[in-house]
Amino acid sequence: MTSSESTDVLVIGSGFGGAITAYHLAAGGARVVVLERGPWLTGEDFQHDFKFGSSSTRIFDFVIGDGMSVLSGNCVGGGSVVYFAAMPRAPRFVFDRKGRFNRRMWPAAVSRDTLEPWYDRVAEALPVTQTAWDTVPFSGGLFGAACDHAGRTANAVPAAVDTSRCTNCNWMMSGCRFDAKRSLLLNYLPAALAHGAQIRPLHEVQHLSRTDDGGYRVHYTVLDDVDYRVEVGGGTIDAKIVVLAAGAGATPVILQRSEPTLGAMPHAVGRYFSGNGERLNTAIFDEDRIRDVLGLSRPDGVPYEAYQIGKGPCVATWDRLDGSLPEYERYSLEQLYFPPGFGTILTQVPDAVGPSWFGVEKKELLRRWQSWLTIFTMSEDDNEGVFGPPPSSGNSMRLSQQMLGRGSLRYEPTENTLRGWALSDAEVRDILERDGLARVMPWTNDVVGAYTVHPLASCRIGDDPATSALDDRHELRDHPGIFVTDGSAVPGGLTVNPAMTIAALAERAVPGIVEAARARGVDVRYGAPAPDGATSSRDAVLPLVSGARRR
Amino acid sequence: MPREIETEQARTMSLEAYADTILPGERRWPGDRAVAGVSRGGGAVASGALEVLRSAEGGMAPALDMLADGLNEHARAYAAESGIELDADVPPFVSLHYPDRVLLVQRLTDRANPECDAWISLAMFCTIAFDAGSHTSTVEALAAGHVGLTTMGFRAPDSDGLWRFDTYSYGRQLARPHPDTTPSGSPS
Ligand SMILES: Cc1cc2nc3c(=O)[nH]c(=O)nc-3n(C[C@H](O)[C@H](O)[C@H](O)COP(=O)(O)OP(=O)(O)OC[C@H]3O[C@@H](n4cnc5c(N)ncnc54)[C@H](O)[C@@H]3O)c2cc1C
Repeated sequence: MTSSESTDVLVIGSGFGGAITAYHLAAGGARVVVLERGPWLTGEDFQHDFKFGSSSTRIFDFVIGDGMSVLSGNCVGGGSVVYFAAMPRAPRFVFDRKGRFNRRMWPAAVSRDTLEPWYDRVAEALPVTQTAWDTVPFSGGLFGAACDHAGRTANAVPAAVDTSRCTNCNWMMSGCRFDAKRSLLLNYLPAALAHGAQIRPLHEVQHLSRTDDGGYRVHYTVLDDVDYRVEVGGGTIDAKIVVLAAGAGATPVILQRSEPTLGAMPHAVGRYFSGNGERLNTAIFDEDRIRDVLGLSRPDGVPYEAYQIGKGPCVATWDRLDGSLPEYERYSLEQLYFPPGFGTILTQVPDAVGPSWFGVEKKELLRRWQSWLTIFTMSEDDNEGVFGPPPSSGNSMRLSQQMLGRGSLRYEPTENTLRGWALSDAEVRDILERDGLARVMPWTNDVVGAYTVHPLASCRIGDDPATSALDDRHELRDHPGIFVTDGSAVPGGLTVNPAMTIAALAERAVPGIVEAARARGVDVRYGAPAPDGATSSRDAVLPLVSGARRR
Repeated sequence: MPREIETEQARTMSLEAYADTILPGERRWPGDRAVAGVSRGGGAVASGALEVLRSAEGGMAPALDMLADGLNEHARAYAAESGIELDADVPPFVSLHYPDRVLLVQRLTDRANPECDAWISLAMFCTIAFDAGSHTSTVEALAAGHVGLTTMGFRAPDSDGLWRFDTYSYGRQLARPHPDTTPSGSPS
C-alpha cells in the first residue's frame, strides 16, 4: 500500500464554497487542506494585459460545451478573483420556484428569511456595501437614465468593492491589482491560513476513493504552472470529511469520475445544470441622442464613449423581479462590461445584410466600441444542462496551454428558457431603442451556443432524492462525509448574480459539516467571528446552531 | 522556389484570407491577394492573426497546416459547385472573392457542420488578434499602434502601464430605485 498523507478535512477548490468552509473549519480547530487546480496570484501579479500567459489567461477557465460554454475562475480564490463583485441577495420568490417538475425546488428549510442571517455573515465578512450613485461609472449611469426615461426603476447594485481604492480600470476579469475588489484573497483565505489551513495551488483533484476507516482518499495531479495540459506530479490525501467546491462546472465531473471507486452517484449528479438563465444584449448608442434625449454629458462634453471605463456591473433594473409574474418570465437586467478577448465576437450587427458576427459590417461596429453598452439578463432557465461522460482529467480536454478547453456539458434550451430570453430581449430593446437612443442585438448563440459566468445546480440540494444530489445540509446522498458547498448546490436560476447566495449557503452549511466532523472524531466546533474579527453577524446565528457548538 | 516553401506560403496566405474574412482590412500592398481589401484600415491580419494562431500558448499551432489544407479543399469544392473558375496562381480559398469567402466561412462555422468546432476556434483566435492582440503585451501593442485596439478606440494607460480613470461618473442619481428595495440594497 502506498503511504498517503492525511488530514481532517480536505477542501476541493478555493472559491466561495471552498474558502468559506475552509476558514470556519480551520478556525474551529480542524486540520484543513485546500487543493486548488489554479495558480496562486496576489496584488501586483494581476496584470493589465490581454497577452496570452498574463493573469488574464492564467486565472481563467473557459470550457466550450455542446450548447453551453462556461466561464469561471481558475486560481486560489476561484471566481471571486475574476468576478465583477455585484452581490445582491436573491429575491424572495426564487426560493418558492417549482421548475419543470412542478414541485418546490428548494429544500423546505431554505427561504429568503432563513437565509438572511447567513447573507449577513457574508456581507460582514467581504464586506458587501451599497453602491452610491456618485461612484457609478458612465455606463451604469447611462443604463439608469435610459431605464428612467422608459418609466422603469433602476438600482445601484450592492457590491464587494472598496470604491476608495478602485480606479475604474475595468480589468476586474484579470484580477484586481489595486485590492479594491474584495475577493476571497483579502478575507476568508488569509484568515483560514492564519488558523493553520494549507492551500496547495496547481493541485487538480481527479477522483475520490474510500479508505478502510470510513473516510475518503482524494487523488490529485500537480499541473505545470504555465502549460496546464502538462502533469508534473500527483499524490493522494486521506480525509475524514471532504468538502467539494470545485464550481458547478467541475464538481459533478469529479463525482462522475469517482463512480467506479465510490459506487453509484445520486441521479442528480451532473444533471439539472442551470446557466442562471444568462443572456447578453449589446446596445450601440447614438452619442447625440444620449445628449439630446437623456441630457447626459461627461465633464469634457462628450455624451458617453465610455464603455471601457468602470467596474463591471453597477446598475440593474429589478422591475421584472415580481413574484406575482409567472415562473420563467421573471428576470433582472444589469449593465455590464465585457472586455475584449471574449467581449466582441458574439456581438451581432443590427440589421446586418451579411453575416452578423463577423465580416465587413462587424468591423464597422467595432469602430464604435466605446459607444457600446452590454446588458445582462439573469432569468429562470429550466435546469436543462446535462454532463456527458467525464474527460480523462480535470473538467475539460484542455486545448490551449491555459484557459480554453472542450467539456462534456450539453444544454438545449427549452421553450421556457427561450421564452424568458425573448421577453428580456424585447424589454432591453424597449428601454434602449426608445427615441432612437441605441440599436440593440442579443449575442449570438450560433457560435458557441449559450454561455454563462454563473454555472449552477449540477449537484443540487433539495428534499426530493430523485431530483437533488444533496440533502438540505449539503451532504451527498448515499456518501456520508462528502459535502458540496459551491454553486452546484444551488437548486436553480436565481434571477440575480449568484455569488452572494452561494456564499450564504456555504456559511449556512458549515455547522452541519462541523457536526459531521465531530461525529468522525474531529475536535472542531462552530463559532468563528468574521475573518477580520467582527462578531455581530456571528452572534446572530449562534442561537440557530445547536450541536456544532459543543466542546 | 523549393516546394515546401511554396506550400508553407500557400498555407499562410490561406489562413490570412480566413482571418481577413472574419475581420477584413485594406490591402497591405498593391496586388495583395490574401487580404481582399474590402474595408478601410487594417483588419485581423494586420492585427496579428497569424502570430496569435501560431503562438504556442493558443494551442492552435499543431492544427494549422491541416486547417489551411482543409480550407482549400472546401474552397475547391465550393468553386466547383458554384461554377467558379479558380486562379491557379494562388490557393483556392485566396482565389475566391470576398462574398464567396464569406459564404463558405458561414457554411464552415454553421453549428450543423460536424467540423464547425475547428472553424469557430479559428475565427475566435482571429477575433482575439483584432480586439485584444493577445500575442503581445497590451501596453506595447497600443504604443505600437495595434490596428484592432486602435480601431476600437481602446484608451491608453497611465505612464506606468496601468489604467486609471479619474473622471468616470455622471456623479448623480439617474433613476428611481425599485420601491421594494431592502435596507441592504437588494431586491426583496
Ligand atoms: C467574469 C465573471 C464575472 C462574474 N461576476 C459576478 C458578479 O459580479 N457577481 C456574482 O455574484 N457572481 C459573479 N460571477 C460568478 C461567480 O464568480 C461564481 O458564481 C462563484 O465564484 C462561484 O463560486 P463557487 O464556489 O461555486 O466556485 P468557484 O468560485 O468557481 O471556485 C471553484 C474553484 O475550484 C477550482 N477547481 C475546479 N476544479 C478543480 C479540481 N479538479 N481540483 C481542484 N480545484 C478545482 C477552480 O479553479 C476554482 O478556483 C462571475 C463570474 C465570472 C467568470
